[in-house]
Amino acid sequence: MNMKLKLTTLALGVTLAAGPAMAELVFPSLSYRTGPYAANGIPFADGYADYFTLLNERDGGIGGEPIRMIECETGYNTEKGVECYESTKGEGALVYQPLSTGITYQLIPKATADGIPVHSMGYGRTSAKDGSVFKNIFNYPANYWDGASVAVKHLLDVNSGSLEGKKIALVYHNSAYGKEPIRTLEELSKKHGFELSLLPVDHPGQEQKSQWLQIRREKPDNVIMYGWGVMNQVAIQEAANIRYPMDQFMGIWWSGSENDVRPAGEKANGYKALTFHNVGDDFPVFDDIQKYVVGTGKAAGAGDQIGTALYNRGLYAAMLAAEAAKTAQGIHNTKAITPAQMRDGMEALEITEAKMTDLGLPGFGPEFSVSCENHGGNGLVAVSQWDAAADSWSLITGYEQSDQDVLTPLIAEDASAFAAESGITPGC
Amino acid sequence: MLYRESGDFSSSYAEDSQTFPIKFDRYRYYFVMFIAIAVIPFLINDYWVNSLFLPFLIYAIAAIGLNILVGYCGQVSLGTGGFMAVGAYACYKLMTSFPDVSMLVHVLLSGLVTAAVGVLFGLPSLRIKGFYLAVATLAAQFFLVWLFNRVPWFYNYSASGQISAPERTFFGINITGANTQAWATYLFCLMFVIFSAYVARNLTRGSVGRKWMAIRDMDIAAEIIGVNPLRAKLTAFAISSFFIGISGALFFAIYLGAVEVGEVFGIQKSFLVLFMIIIGGLGSIFGSFAGAAFLVLLPVVLKIVGVDWLGWPTDIVAHLQLVIVGGLIIVFLIAEPHGLAQLWRVAKEKLRLWPFPH
Repeated sequence: MNMKLKLTTLALGVTLAAGPAMAELVFPSLSYRTGPYAANGIPFADGYADYFTLLNERDGGIGGEPIRMIECETGYNTEKGVECYESTKGEGALVYQPLSTGITYQLIPKATADGIPVHSMGYGRTSAKDGSVFKNIFNYPANYWDGASVAVKHLLDVNSGSLEGKKIALVYHNSAYGKEPIRTLEELSKKHGFELSLLPVDHPGQEQKSQWLQIRREKPDNVIMYGWGVMNQVAIQEAANIRYPMDQFMGIWWSGSENDVRPAGEKANGYKALTFHNVGDDFPVFDDIQKYVVGTGKAAGAGDQIGTALYNRGLYAAMLAAEAAKTAQGIHNTKAITPAQMRDGMEALEITEAKMTDLGLPGFGPEFSVSCENHGGNGLVAVSQWDAAADSWSLITGYEQSDQDVLTPLIAEDASAFAAESGITPGC
Repeated sequence: MLYRESGDFSSSYAEDSQTFPIKFDRYRYYFVMFIAIAVIPFLINDYWVNSLFLPFLIYAIAAIGLNILVGYCGQVSLGTGGFMAVGAYACYKLMTSFPDVSMLVHVLLSGLVTAAVGVLFGLPSLRIKGFYLAVATLAAQFFLVWLFNRVPWFYNYSASGQISAPERTFFGINITGANTQAWATYLFCLMFVIFSAYVARNLTRGSVGRKWMAIRDMDIAAEIIGVNPLRAKLTAFAISSFFIGISGALFFAIYLGAVEVGEVFGIQKSFLVLFMIIIGGLGSIFGSFAGAAFLVLLPVVLKIVGVDWLGWPTDIVAHLQLVIVGGLIIVFLIAEPHGLAQLWRVAKEKLRLWPFPH
């Protein structure tokens, strides 16, 4: 009981000690370098941190304003995510990128009430694309439903335009994240006449024998995977064990990192994964990273992830955040922007090829622009394939747009349900 | 000097059987209650509520519940996470079905629903004991989590399978949802903590608690002296689950706001609450509080010291925390099996004799 006393004294002590410093642009990084999802969490966190370090070292921050990145370990755990959110929001956090669908769901109402934007890039709640309802939530440039739709489009291309009578299995992380694409895939299966079977894998996903036994028995023509963390490696290993043809096995972008395919070695050759940005380190920005970040010994983590798929995604996320901050500085004509101004910047964000070339990232991602009605970009997704001999990913298609005829009504339906549930009047 | 029985005379039965027979203890209790009810609500902000007070208060309720079952009645349970999930989903279904009813009613009803489920899963305890019962409750844990993941009715057919707490009020004040005040959620949870601790303390002092303890110490002897094992064990399961259900409902509705059953109410939660009562002290209400405070505070304090002050990498601190908690559990099991509560008890004993110890 006297714990409470101690707490109060501690509370007073800490509030006095940690006064917020408002002269910097604060970007919290809700990362996870521990637990079953660390293999995927580390490269992303390193990429996110390194890009901000690069901006600080090379340009002195964004528009001359230094960046302060606060890293907070969530372990992909929602309770720790809440703690991280609460402990960093008082520091003037401009945007949250929690890299976890579960934490995003938590933050959607909280961040909206606090007026802080959330950028769930390629994860989170898909219907957040509807900016008239989700005013503070952004999920550009692509979302889970885009992923599902482009996966099916790719299969259509491969199967010369028809999936009639084909069997497609979805192996998914049995959580909000993995369940997201089911609705879309069900709609698409009606439209294209393929048969969909669902195979949930429970957290953390180390045990998948029964799911792959079922795949061996049912022999689906294609397997789509929505996995994360250790689940990816295990699934690819299991697929290799039952000799499932790798080129008929496709993962969402969260199931497409080097760490996922390497454990299966040669057998993972030909595995496909979706992506919404380019792969590899053949971009001018990586020279700057070598010079300003690695060269000065400021690389995040062990510094061994540079150029991997998820490192690039972390870098891309940081780049989009920095560009949005620049846009916000332009709109509001101030350097020290507030979270509300950052939100305006994100809503006015425009990514063009010229801009990316300027940043040393030519052709790194699709062009897109954000508006109040559309917080999700254009849904342009490409397919990449793993080459085990060369130990690298390569894009095998261009950026294709998802099936908007199917997705738009689904998004409108889910967004209006959320608006009704939480008493929001949609409007721009 | 201050801490002693002498000079404190009881002149009625009620006074004689009060919870805190020593004056110093009594005033300390009043003082803590005063601070908790009348001082803290004015000082706290979102960070203190969401990072420390809410988890502490809610885990304290869960620990009290589990302590009744494990500490007082001796029935080992690994189903805490599952029972908390029952409370959370019951609360969600009630909140969405009856939006106009006060949250107080919803939370209490969720506790009752969980009590019923707890009794159901407690039935095997009449035949099996010890490790075998632990395995049976483990089955409850996995079954319940599977059930809430599998049956869409429980999450109102939402596409993601998540449950999110809509805005609900208590006497017109927002308690759940995004637009809550720190003091309101704190006081709402505090109310349940005081209620739970009061009820649990008085149950365990009374005839019901004595029956539980008789069963715990030796069930055959207890049966011979006239304790009905069926009733004793099932009441323990019911009351324990009632509290755990309340904590699950608060955990979902007030603290997290959105829950995914496999992640939040998984087996780790069962172990966490079990560790709380092991570190805090089996068979002690104070121990439930001490254990909950310890395991909620430790990661936060480690993070503040390690990351914010010393500037260590976040992953090192996170790993260090696992090492420390693991080490502490071993230390407690060897050095002080009765937990923090026993340390407190020994300290009080020493104080009574001070300044002339034997």
